[in-house]
Amino acid sequence: MGLNRIIDIAGSGMNAQSVRLNTTASNIANAESASSSAETVYRGRHAVFAASYNNMLGHPDTRSAGDQSSVGVSVLGIVESDAPLQMRYEPNHPLADEKGYVYYPNVNVVEEMTNMISASRSFQVNVEVMNTTKQMVQRVLTLGQ
Amino acid sequence: MAINFQNALGTYETALRLRSQRAEILSSNLANADTPNYKARDFDFHAAMQSAMRTTEGKAGLLTTQDRHIEAGNSSLGVDLQYRTPTQPSIDGNTVDEHIEHAAFMENSLEFQTAFTLLNSRFKGLLSAIRGE
Repeated sequence: MGLNRIIDIAGSGMNAQSVRLNTTASNIANAESASSSAETVYRGRHAVFAASYNNMLGHPDTRSAGDQSSVGVSVLGIVESDAPLQMRYEPNHPLADEKGYVYYPNVNVVEEMTNMISASRSFQVNVEVMNTTKQMVQRVLTLGQ
Repeated sequence: MAINFQNALGTYETALRLRSQRAEILSSNLANADTPNYKARDFDFHAAMQSAMRTTEGKAGLLTTQDRHIEAGNSSLGVDLQYRTPTQPSIDGNTVDEHIEHAAFMENSLEFQTAFTLLNSRFKGLLSAIRGE
């Protein structure tokens, strides 16, 4: 029955969005984490999503190989942003280097906020899909009653 | 006179199966709303239902005269998956329009419930016929 697979698909979507929310939370929390060198400063992190086609979520593909109707989401990994770091001239800062510069992360807080809203909306949509599917399965269980 | 389940239940069983398959495809679209390069997919329910009904009526079946002939018109409900034309294409190659997919998913689940209710009423009819009430 295809309905059980929908719960897996929505679950994979929720998982991916929660990873994205996690990285966004780290980025916002560390937006002002200063460092004394470009190597040690925090860099913005972003999750990379990919559609996972065959054999998704441990289901053996019982149908034909050309049938790719159930497509979940997988998180391929987390990449660090290579946007330019912020160098600020703050000679009195305890972490300032010998030239008086302090390195700040390359996190754009406005961008992260929009990311957060987008991730939480997508999460909600997946929850709704799961709820609707639950109702459909429960209806089917009452067949003939 | 024997009760024939195939005739009594009608096409609702096929409709339910197609509806659950469409729900699966639409939920994949919604889950991949933020996946780069994912293309939203769907199928034409009307056409799929028509071809499924033709198959169950046996009109589209092809004659197999040898063992190595592949049987056409089986009951596996093969649907013709198509790609959706995006109304607002995004820069990352994703063609999922979340609101359209959401609306389609809701509509599909309502139609699922409709088909289910009608199928259930067929079962109730059979039951009362068997009981002779």
